[in-house]
Amino acid sequence: MTTTLWMFAAFVLATLGITAWAAGRSRSTAGFFAADRQISAWQNGIAIAGDYMSAASFLGIAGIIAFQGYDGFLYSVGWLVAYLTVLLLVAEPLRNLGKYTMADVLAWRLRPRPVRAAAALATLTVGTFYMIAQMVGAGTLVALLLEGSGITYAQAVVGVGVLMVSYVVFGGMLATTWVQIVKAVLLMGGTLLISILVLARFDGSLVRFFDAIGQVTYTEQGVTVTRDFLTPGLRYRPPYGPLELVSLGLALIFGTAGLPHILVRFYTVPDAQAARRSVVWAMGIIGAFYVLTTFLGFGAATLVGRDTIAAHGGTNMSAPLLAKALGGEPLFAFVAAIAFATILAVVAGITISASTSFAHDFWVNVLHHDRELYPGEEVKVARITALVVGALAMGIAILLGPTANVAFLVALAFAVAASANLPVLVLALYWRRFTTMGAVCGLTTGLLASIGLILLGPSVMGARAWFPLENPGIVSIPLGFLGAIVGTLVRREPAAESAHAGLLWRAHTGAGAE
Amino acid sequence: MSGVPEGRGATATSPPSLAHLLSAKRRFLVPATLFFLTYYFALPVLVGYAPELMATKVWGNVNLAYLFALSQFGMAWGLAWLYVRRARRFDALAEELVRAAEARARAAEDAGARP
Repeated sequence: MTTTLWMFAAFVLATLGITAWAAGRSRSTAGFFAADRQISAWQNGIAIAGDYMSAASFLGIAGIIAFQGYDGFLYSVGWLVAYLTVLLLVAEPLRNLGKYTMADVLAWRLRPRPVRAAAALATLTVGTFYMIAQMVGAGTLVALLLEGSGITYAQAVVGVGVLMVSYVVFGGMLATTWVQIVKAVLLMGGTLLISILVLARFDGSLVRFFDAIGQVTYTEQGVTVTRDFLTPGLRYRPPYGPLELVSLGLALIFGTAGLPHILVRFYTVPDAQAARRSVVWAMGIIGAFYVLTTFLGFGAATLVGRDTIAAHGGTNMSAPLLAKALGGEPLFAFVAAIAFATILAVVAGITISASTSFAHDFWVNVLHHDRELYPGEEVKVARITALVVGALAMGIAILLGPTANVAFLVALAFAVAASANLPVLVLALYWRRFTTMGAVCGLTTGLLASIGLILLGPSVMGARAWFPLENPGIVSIPLGFLGAIVGTLVRREPAAESAHAGLLWRAHTGAGAE
Repeated sequence: MSGVPEGRGATATSPPSLAHLLSAKRRFLVPATLFFLTYYFALPVLVGYAPELMATKVWGNVNLAYLFALSQFGMAWGLAWLYVRRARRFDALAEELVRAAEARARAAEDAGARP
């Protein structure tokens, strides 16, 4: 218990130190929003990994594999392969065309105010859902991890909220980046250590490890059963299981390249080449992590067991409980601290991307026609937004309470990113005829379709759902594209068409990039 | 580098143009994207619709489903490596284009300064 508290305190002190250092350096607008574009490729790669591997990845994936075996591992695969979309189609043109946000790319040749307003709405929606999910998770986890210390759910939520807002408000993108880097290194270190210890329990033999995965015993509805956890089908079964798998895959593959907090990271590096190299770094780290989820998840299934985990806090506690089984209290404390660091870093990343979008896209560009009323207004508005976003997320998380089912909010964030953001981003880059109307229609259709289908689906309506799938991607992504295409075909926009040649020139040569 | 003919790239005879760069990129990116989408979606489709086949044991208790999933990591890393290698050529071509454009702009400026 006390060890855990000390480790939490050490992480908090270290990150506040980073924030204080960053606060002294990033004074300009580009400094606050993009760390003066001085982050190197490898640093950004690690930070992308840090931004991406949320508590849902670390704790959630270990839990899903521990409870549902192979089907959970499919998430791991999708989360890495998704970076090919980022690498091949999005990262470099985005870096060359934009300044701080995804909407910069859309506004390059379309009418800026409508597309920025729609893009800001989509970004803030993704950010809010993702953040509430992380905050509720954070509150529950911190309270659980610090069990016995007297810290309540609400206090934990406020603690996490205050810290994340401090990183962003005082340290801007530079502090947020280094918090991500520290967290990613801790996470990889912890995961590697646990993996080695798991394998050591099987005398270093992969054959024995996989044999054990073949015979996992647990209690199901009062009956003891033994199952092969490497066989598909524990979670996704007919009639809708296979469709659900494809739909989930679509949301992951196309959603990642539309996640605002990942996209803003490409503006922190000097140029498109660095952006490309940073994706490769991120893919190395993210891939290594998700391969190792084999040991985290199946390790928890074989060495701790579903029944024990269910009795001690449920799926999300799989990784911490595995750590406890392997290395006792010290390792538990270390893993708890990593989980805490993970949550903090991710919420800080989301906060800065949401604040950037509101200040840069909505306030300065939509309301004030691309002019700051006084120097430093953009940064000031972003800082205030971060405070408001933080307070709202804390308030909603406390209102919802620790028992709220929030896992679907992460699915929703990916679905909105895949159905609203990605279609317009890709079409704005690669389709000459694309218009403002098309962008606005695509963004709103994608947004409404993904939210609507989730509200009508089993995550919200349970057994009486109108729409049978938890993941709406298979319907909402085509709808997003359809909205964008139909909106475009309504009326030609000659100015946008003739500006496409200029867009291609800058996107692919980098000449004139910020 | 690799055996892909460079006939339509920038050569001494044809001046470099954006169209060359774009078509060189397209020749790599379109097949690469189609390939990785097909390879990736084969996994959920096979796991979902042919679970018995995917449960076939290959090595000890390790089955086809797990090996196929694992191979996706290799596929992603491999394709990323290929792209980075190929992108050096795109970078060189882009740099050449920008230099040529700058030279043209300077020439136009000089011409404008001496009426």
